[in-house]
Amino acid sequence: MPGSTPEYVLNSALWQRLRCHRGAMIAAGVLLLLALSSLIVPALSPYDYYTPQLDLISQPPTLRGGHLLGTDPLGRDLLIRVLWGCRISLLIGLAASCISIVVGVLWGAIAGYAGGTTDALMMRMVDVLYSVPFVPFVIVLTVLFGRELWLMFVAIGAVSWLDIARIVRGEALSLKRREFIEAARVSGVRAARMIRRHIVPNLLGVVIIYATLTIPTVILFEAFMSFLGLGVRVPLASLGSLIADGASDMQAHPHLLLVPATVLATIVYCFNFIGDGLRDALDPHDRHDRHEQA
Amino acid sequence: MLRYIVRRVLESVPTLLLIVTLAFALLHTAPGGPFSADKPLLPEIRHNIEARYHLDEPLWRQYLRYMGDLAHGDLGPSFQYRNTSVNQIIATGFPVDVSVGLSAIALALLVGIPIGLNAAWRRNTLWDRVPMALAVAGISLPVFVIAPLLVLVFAVKLHWLPAGGWIAGSPSHLLLPVLALALPYIAYVARIVRGSALEVLSSGYIRTARAKGLSTARILLRHTLRPSLAPVVSFLGPTTAGVITISIVVETVFGLPGIGRFFVTGALNRDYTLVLGITILYGALIILFNLLADLCYAWIDPRVRLE
Repeated sequence: MPGSTPEYVLNSALWQRLRCHRGAMIAAGVLLLLALSSLIVPALSPYDYYTPQLDLISQPPTLRGGHLLGTDPLGRDLLIRVLWGCRISLLIGLAASCISIVVGVLWGAIAGYAGGTTDALMMRMVDVLYSVPFVPFVIVLTVLFGRELWLMFVAIGAVSWLDIARIVRGEALSLKRREFIEAARVSGVRAARMIRRHIVPNLLGVVIIYATLTIPTVILFEAFMSFLGLGVRVPLASLGSLIADGASDMQAHPHLLLVPATVLATIVYCFNFIGDGLRDALDPHDRHDRHEQA
Repeated sequence: MLRYIVRRVLESVPTLLLIVTLAFALLHTAPGGPFSADKPLLPEIRHNIEARYHLDEPLWRQYLRYMGDLAHGDLGPSFQYRNTSVNQIIATGFPVDVSVGLSAIALALLVGIPIGLNAAWRRNTLWDRVPMALAVAGISLPVFVIAPLLVLVFAVKLHWLPAGGWIAGSPSHLLLPVLALALPYIAYVARIVRGSALEVLSSGYIRTARAKGLSTARILLRHTLRPSLAPVVSFLGPTTAGVITISIVVETVFGLPGIGRFFVTGALNRDYTLVLGITILYGALIILFNLLADLCYAWIDPRVRLE
């Protein structure tokens, strides 16, 4: 973000401007509500996500009888399954984004701060990795090494750090020429401490924006994998697997498709909206769109 | 120009080698093999099969053999489809993906660019706000949500279009898959064009063009459009290759005979050669489209020098 001063990113001015962005605040509220209910409601509900009730299969949504959103073809409560799906999607979104952000920030900060041959080499590696077809690689990884949840985190996190590394490197390059960094260097701060204490904290603004835009990408990617039947294992559900199940049964019971699809779209929409709001709050003039790496 | 292209192609060789090696190593270190325990076979039969596909040789020899065949353009025999080569599978399936993917990109450009330009020109009016709010919705709706919904509406409820299947050259079978694939990209393109057109519209030569009384259409089409397209081009490079990979979903929903589904079943059945072949194809596509994007970039902005 050219022209913005990184230091002031985390202070109250940003917060105030974000608060004025009503859409972003509503989006944050909706997300919080979804997250909380996905944690609380399954604990209070008499139903669980895995016990089939064969006398109650494919019930439509109803206000009577307890199954608010109806049941799936095995008689399991759809509301509970969708909330579990929310939980999985949000968990994967947050965890994988954390991995990709930690790797991307460190990689970019080190390359940008070190400069010279180190920088050229590290960024050349990023260029090469950009040419690797990641969707196939993640598919192969999860198929071959079993469909474990943690493997999904690692696989998705490992493939989505490239953009962050590039952005952070650019920021680190311009930070390096600032006076306070020179002052620190003159007073004898070593490289590792410099990156940890002076470079990375000043990059947080950009990183936070990028994180809110990475989370929805990751959630979509997990849902994509689950849709192909390569995500979470039955009977556990993620939003992607629920959409896939719903799509196969949509002629007779469209609500099985519509409910999880709406919830997924809402989550992603909210994250995108918050990301846009943060970006506007950080720098109202600069509205470049992020590029999607499929 | 030609020298630049030749150099880029040569540079991509080590990248492709790396992709092949990585995929090869990944496939062979994974537990389980194409003919291992879950399908019980007599030991003699299994031995014969493995000998036929050279799976009994040490890994480095298999690798060298594969690379040697690859240098001749031979991707080897498929393990799960007897008597079918990977080349044949790709030759029959890939044209489907290309026609769906490229049509979707064309549609995204044809619809997205005018929407974005219009939104930038009428900034902060309803012509800007409504399409841009819809665009955020568009990038939030993944293909695997849009595709079943389109089937539900246009095939199941309205009976306007077929719900799936593929007849080569039949536009009615092409329409829904292309639409499903294109919608998110329409949104992306519109957002990008709007952003860059806003920047262009605030520059000095646009003010001059307005001051000398040019019509709106002329300002937008002659002076704004071309410079606004630069970020679209750099977006399209990786995306076009990605569209062809992402069409796995569309193939699944609409039952298209593309290579994406072969890839997924191939990975599930440990069909090493098929998975490797398609991975190489995808890698080559990414490299090709990035090169094309860089060439287009130089054409749009003559200040860019290819070196």
